Amino acid sequence: MSVSLLLDVVSGALVLAGCVFVVSGGVGLLRFPDFYTRTHAGSLTDTAGAALLISGLLVQAESWQSAVRLVLIMLFLMLTGPTAAHALAQAARRDGERLPAEGEDRR
Amino acid sequence: MDLLVLMNVSLFALLLATALAVTRLRALYEATMLTALAGLLSASLFVSLDALDVAITEAAVGTGITTVLFLGALALTRSRETVTPRRKLWSGGAVAVLLGATLLYAAQDLPTFADPDTPVQTHPVGHTYLHGSQEDIGIPNTVAAVLASYRGYDTLGELVVIFTAGITVPLLLMRTRRRGEHDEARAVVMSEYRVLRVASKILMPFIFIFACYVLFHGDYGPGGGFQGGVIFASGFVLYGLVFGIRNVERVLPWPVMLGLVPVGVLLYAGLGIANILLGGSFLDYGTLTPDHPAEGQHLGILIIETGVGITVAAVLIAVFYSFTARGARR
Repeated sequence: MSVSLLLDVVSGALVLAGCVFVVSGGVGLLRFPDFYTRTHAGSLTDTAGAALLISGLLVQAESWQSAVRLVLIMLFLMLTGPTAAHALAQAARRDGERLPAEGEDRR
Repeated sequence: MDLLVLMNVSLFALLLATALAVTRLRALYEATMLTALAGLLSASLFVSLDALDVAITEAAVGTGITTVLFLGALALTRSRETVTPRRKLWSGGAVAVLLGATLLYAAQDLPTFADPDTPVQTHPVGHTYLHGSQEDIGIPNTVAAVLASYRGYDTLGELVVIFTAGITVPLLLMRTRRRGEHDEARAVVMSEYRVLRVASKILMPFIFIFACYVLFHGDYGPGGGFQGGVIFASGFVLYGLVFGIRNVERVLPWPVMLGLVPVGVLLYAGLGIANILLGGSFLDYGTLTPDHPAEGQHLGILIIETGVGITVAAVLIAVFYSFTARGARR
């Protein structure tokens, strides 16, 4: 088994895992019952999903220059995605959005 | 090729769906967010068409700054669209249908996608720009060579348009400028968002470094003065949103920034006049270094890109200032 085939398999698996996270984030955004869980699902897309996709691309990077760029993009997403989700959730809490109580009818 | 077609079709379908959703929404904050999404989708379409310079502009302006300015405008008015009575809708609808029909009719004359026999592809000027620019100017990014050197007049005209907008919007919005207690209340609110403050503080230097990279690397890769200026302004806008406009004003006072608005235009036009004085024609950068015209072209493009960057950044920050300062009065 050659190295390039191994790299293809690894990067394919990473990209596929990233796709699973992105799709499940999208489904969660539509299906989850209240605001906070939906925010959680949405932020999953641009943290776990994007990180796995970029790792998959990183394996295939042709030169170290593009690898550095991918790592920088990943760090940027790691910083901004959770911050945005946090700010969103905190703004909702300030605005009086609350978690539904146990057994309460969820929208 | 098939993959490209699939990508283009799905991106266009998403764009169409977003546009339809924007027209259906009455809540204007949501509509603004969807407009940002439309900007991002157009940027992706430009990337798939290999128009990277345009894509960066669209991503920075269409998704970034425009959204903030829309939100600033919404903060001044109501955030919900008034319901137009049904009997008043038909005139607007008729205009929309007529315009759409005209556009569809006109689109019949458009060449098919990527047709090699169109005037755009066959006209000799395209060949001249693509091949001649490497000898005349010698910078790898032909787009920058065309915009800044071959069509330098047009870019100067565009910059003057931006300059006019940049002095008009503050004049319209900043008639009276008072600092109310609203600003302090807002600062208290934002101080609760500690994570946001820390994260934006960490990001700030990188945004400015990236803006300078996009500006000064524009000769070699996608980017240039316009994109760099927009990214630079977005750094200030982010700081202003998180830390309050008062803190931005401590870094860049209002008179200084208004003073910077014409500096870029003057730099650009002044370079053209310097070229005349050196014995060439207007914006003929080769006269800067008579022994080596290509080097003068590099220098000239760098100077005018800097001018474009200064004016664009100052104009966008000024427009953002005037919206937020106006909001603080209420």
